[in-house]
Amino acid sequence: MNRIMANLRPDLAVIAGHVAPGAKVLDVGCGDGTLMAALRDERGCDVRGLEIDPHNVAECVGHGLSAIQGDADTDLALYPDASFDYAILSQTLQTTKRPDMVLEELLRIGRRAFVSFPNFGHWRVRSDLLWRGRMPVTRLLPVGWYETPNIHHLTIADFRDFVAQRGLKVEGAWYLNGDSLISPAMATWRAEHAVYLLSRG
Amino acid sequence: MDFPLTSRASAPNSTRIMASLFTSCSQTYDLPDPLPLDGGQSLEGVRIAFETYGALNDARDNAILICHATTGDQYVASPHPITGKPGWWSKMVGPGKPIDTDRFYVICPNVLGSCMGTTGPGSLAPDGQPYGLRFPVITIRDMVRAHMALLDHLGVERLYAVVGGSMGGMQALSLSIHWPERVARVLLLATTAVMPVQNIAFQEVGRQAIMADPDWQGGAYYGTGRAPDAGLAVARMAAHITYLSEATLSEKFGRRLQDRDAKSFGFGADFQVESYLRYQGSSFTGRFDANSYLYITRAMSYFDVSEERFGADHTTRLSEAFAGVTARFCVVSFDTDWLYPTAESRKIAHAVNAAGAPVSFMELAAPYGHDSFLLDVPALDRVITGFLSR
Repeated sequence: MNRIMANLRPDLAVIAGHVAPGAKVLDVGCGDGTLMAALRDERGCDVRGLEIDPHNVAECVGHGLSAIQGDADTDLALYPDASFDYAILSQTLQTTKRPDMVLEELLRIGRRAFVSFPNFGHWRVRSDLLWRGRMPVTRLLPVGWYETPNIHHLTIADFRDFVAQRGLKVEGAWYLNGDSLISPAMATWRAEHAVYLLSRG
Repeated sequence: MDFPLTSRASAPNSTRIMASLFTSCSQTYDLPDPLPLDGGQSLEGVRIAFETYGALNDARDNAILICHATTGDQYVASPHPITGKPGWWSKMVGPGKPIDTDRFYVICPNVLGSCMGTTGPGSLAPDGQPYGLRFPVITIRDMVRAHMALLDHLGVERLYAVVGGSMGGMQALSLSIHWPERVARVLLLATTAVMPVQNIAFQEVGRQAIMADPDWQGGAYYGTGRAPDAGLAVARMAAHITYLSEATLSEKFGRRLQDRDAKSFGFGADFQVESYLRYQGSSFTGRFDANSYLYITRAMSYFDVSEERFGADHTTRLSEAFAGVTARFCVVSFDTDWLYPTAESRKIAHAVNAAGAPVSFMELAAPYGHDSFLLDVPALDRVITGFLSR
């Protein structure tokens, strides 16, 4: 893995490492464009972004990237079918009003979708709830219950059930603890977050 | 669209200066051929007045066309010859500025129908008399057609970028759709793909104010010693309000009185905002021709970029108008702009996106209403610098 990709957030590095070179990519919730820049510069991808914060969009434009200020909950409907090879939703699923609809939209717009999310079933989260009786505040969930943008918490087990119910095909799954990939065994307990590559199957 | 509220430098508040007497120290280009117009006519002897900044490089790939707004002009970064004010976008255009004239060759033409040296209703027709209302009604695409003739003359095959705010953005959009091979980047500020009905309504008020002035004389006022200054000033006052925001008006003037301690119980300019608008109206008549105002606002009210491409009975989606367009777009709106609201810019962005061309869109926060694109909005400087950087 080269320098730029090595500096990416771990889940973004996983995604960047598995996008086919030259692909057309939509990054939903693209932030300041870090992943988009890596995909463009290292993978030769044609990348577009959707981002809710105008300051982040301005950052993207400043880096020569193309990003549209908008809301994943409403604006994905404006994208044509199968217009991208990949649609990416990193650390954003749990912040949407209707994650199920956003996922459906991702797989309508993109032939494949990368989805990453923090695992609410991590042992530290479970212990906070079990022993302290408190909503957890962890490295990946750093904000208190009243102001967190994460309004739809989910666990890896929840996501596996959802994917199975919807008949979606899992083309890849990666589990991260800290900055390291870990094995799928006990991932529901041990993974801080997960990255899935989905298709309609 | 307008000069900043903060730069109220002295402007000649003269009696009517006849349009044909407006002097221009710009370069000019006389079109060798008649200019075909969307209205079906063609116009002979068209002259285009323009300013350039910087130098065209050997590869001829560093040219940026800046399209001015309704009552703007070619003096984008040089002093206005009548008012003496700095160029209307001199904070954005110049050496080391976001539109860097050390790097780019910047071209700014006065639009067709205007009165700063380019052919318009105040110009002389082939019979030696001013056109007046004999001047044909023109469209935004007609203005762009004249720009393209100028680019041919200047040896610019393909623009590095076209940039425009408000009516300038309409020209940039029109150019990107009808001459897609001639532009690589399109920067649209506070604009729209279709003139909103509210704006058509406001502009009709302005035109009616001009035409209700007995000095308008059916448009044939040139050389009579009388001109519809009162009507043009009212048109300007009404339009000026639409360029501002409630927040700007409140902060700048509030309900404060002008040079007096109590209300006069008369109809003088009691309030500061009244005095300010009167000043805006009367100073405008010293630098702009009333008939040009009629023609240019008419072109804007007709503007519908899908209609330009597919005809008046089009039922196509906006995205289809962008089919085949390959330029990279950047679309910016401002949160306090109620004249060209964010929704219009967002429609453009999603249409370009659906057509497959790369596009960025953002709504910037700025307190100045529609005029924000001309005023001090640091975020806009960063966006323009970034968009033009690569």
